[in-house]
Amino acid sequence: MLKIKDLHASVDDKTILRGINLEVKAGEVHAIMGPNGSGKSTLASVIAGKEEYEVDKGHIILEGEDIGELEADERAHKGIFLSFQYPVEIPGVSVTNFMKTAINETRKARGLADMPANEMLKLIREKSELLEIDRKFLSRSLNEGFSGGEKKRNEIFQMAMLEPKLAILDETDSGLDIDALRIVANGVNKLKSKDNATIVITHYQRLLDYIVPDFVHVIHNGRIVKSGGKELAHELEEKGYDWIKEEVGA
Amino acid sequence: MELKEKLLSSFLAFENQVDVDTYVHDIRSKAIKTFETKGFPNKKDEAWKYTSLNKILKEDYSVFSKEENALEYSDVKKYFIHDIDSYKIIFIDGKYSSHLSDTTHDGMDVCLMSAALTKPKYRLIIENYFNKAAKDDGLSALNTAFSQEGAYINIPKNKIAEKPIQIIHFSTGKESALMLQPRNLIVVGENSHVQIIERHQSLTSNPVLTNSVTEIFANKRAIVDYYKVQNDDQNASLIDNTYINQKQQSHVSVHTFSFGGKLTRNNLNFFQNGEHIDSTLKGITIIGDKQHVDHNTLVHHIEPNCESHQDYKGIFGDNSVGVFNGKVVVEKEAQKTNAFQANNNILVSDKASINTKPQLEIFADDVKCSHGCTIGQLDESAMFYLRSRGIPEKEAKALLMYAFANNVLESVKIPELKKRINKLIANKLAVNIGFDL
Repeated sequence: MLKIKDLHASVDDKTILRGINLEVKAGEVHAIMGPNGSGKSTLASVIAGKEEYEVDKGHIILEGEDIGELEADERAHKGIFLSFQYPVEIPGVSVTNFMKTAINETRKARGLADMPANEMLKLIREKSELLEIDRKFLSRSLNEGFSGGEKKRNEIFQMAMLEPKLAILDETDSGLDIDALRIVANGVNKLKSKDNATIVITHYQRLLDYIVPDFVHVIHNGRIVKSGGKELAHELEEKGYDWIKEEVGA
Repeated sequence: MELKEKLLSSFLAFENQVDVDTYVHDIRSKAIKTFETKGFPNKKDEAWKYTSLNKILKEDYSVFSKEENALEYSDVKKYFIHDIDSYKIIFIDGKYSSHLSDTTHDGMDVCLMSAALTKPKYRLIIENYFNKAAKDDGLSALNTAFSQEGAYINIPKNKIAEKPIQIIHFSTGKESALMLQPRNLIVVGENSHVQIIERHQSLTSNPVLTNSVTEIFANKRAIVDYYKVQNDDQNASLIDNTYINQKQQSHVSVHTFSFGGKLTRNNLNFFQNGEHIDSTLKGITIIGDKQHVDHNTLVHHIEPNCESHQDYKGIFGDNSVGVFNGKVVVEKEAQKTNAFQANNNILVSDKASINTKPQLEIFADDVKCSHGCTIGQLDESAMFYLRSRGIPEKEAKALLMYAFANNVLESVKIPELKKRINKLIANKLAVNIGFDL
């Protein structure tokens, strides 16, 4: 589904990614772990198409198409979703209106008519139940005054509404208490299918107890320096990241 | 001939045309002298530093329309808030249109200034209120000198006007250039309540200059909600001089929606003559091209325990220019005043500009006064957030601009008007996005 080939990226002339190679197939869950500042969140933003990041070299290929030059909204239309580490507060736009706009713009880009209002309402009801979101919450301004847990639940709610092919969860576990973590993970697991894929970016292994990865990659200094199965995450949890740094001689 | 000379020389002819009544005649004669002395403002006046009338004063305006022109309702229906029941006071090229209007004398007067200025039964109100709030600057004096037509609204005490009142001034373009000087007087009695929507609409691209004066008197515990819809043709300019005199416990709000016109200057003045008064001034300005909108506000806190809330939002594109000058005066006696002022602006073009200046003169020591102004661009991280959800750049910008302007609309109490303003904003931003505010 997603192939990343020798990806180099920089921001403000500062190189952050130095040759990332990654292949994610449909139905898989990949975890990307690594110490702070290793380039994990940058990778997420570059895949989603954040403008400040310059792709200096390499390719991002989604289902055979190089999407490296596409705008963030065009990538979303192709099925990429980024759950933000820090969702932006947008006063004056309700969660519902935001979702309606996002869904209908995506449908428009795919040559479909607007979703009928009753269908939209049904979808909202269904997905908000999945994330245990109170209906009142949906008429509030997007992320404004939301708690950390509410923001993250809202991110996964959006993901559920948009049904992406490839979801990237950037530090979705940060700021979550254990109940919120369970709700969020449960939501992600229920959305999993053989046709979509998930990349989980996290510093800690905690989230991976709930969203079990098929592969774990360790990123350090802008490169994937180690890949393995889910047991690698446990090893990192026990031993920290230092042994990896030593192993790669960084 | 320069416009000033033309106006001065037309005054006698004008006075001969209208019924000469001694009381009003004296006020007019004094006013024309004031205008002769003060003339039009220029850039040397501090209050006109960022707004020049030079260009628009150069047109060869007719100062009266030569003939009575008619319009069919179906042709101008779209300028009305037509899906609600309302009183209507409609003017075409400065002359009253009985055909388009719907006035009343049933328990209150919703009628014409020309009648109020001449008929004896209105004499007491005219003597008590006419020209009692307006200042004697050149433009207001000019309007006073030529005051003849406009809306006259008198709501006696303990009366709730069930229907909003729409005041619309159409200009047909039959004159190659036309100057209009509407004069409105609105007196709202104790415990009474009225909602008013005012609009100026030019129907062709012939230049129109409107110099309007509106005096509003809100007596004890009166509630007045006034909405100004400024979405005129690109060759129409408006100088709106509004004076509001509030008595104790009255609540007056003025919302100004400035989306159109060539040059618009709003001189909005509140005088608080009593305790526990609430004054609200809100505005949304969305302009582009070479449009110019200037909000010049004054809130004069004279007595203790009063509040004022000012919230103006502006979105400026292309080569447009915005000006906000908000003056708040708190007199020594006006303790426990709570005065809030905010002016927030977004520039969506490198060539657009905004000049914003809060001006606080506080002589009391136990008051809460806050003011703030911001000028910014759209937030990049918010843009990326929206776009990552599949919302394209143009729509994402529009969504953020809607959101930015949104809270000013929250206090609009007429739902149909709110809907209409929403639509105007969508048109102005040239998008069609599927949501309601």
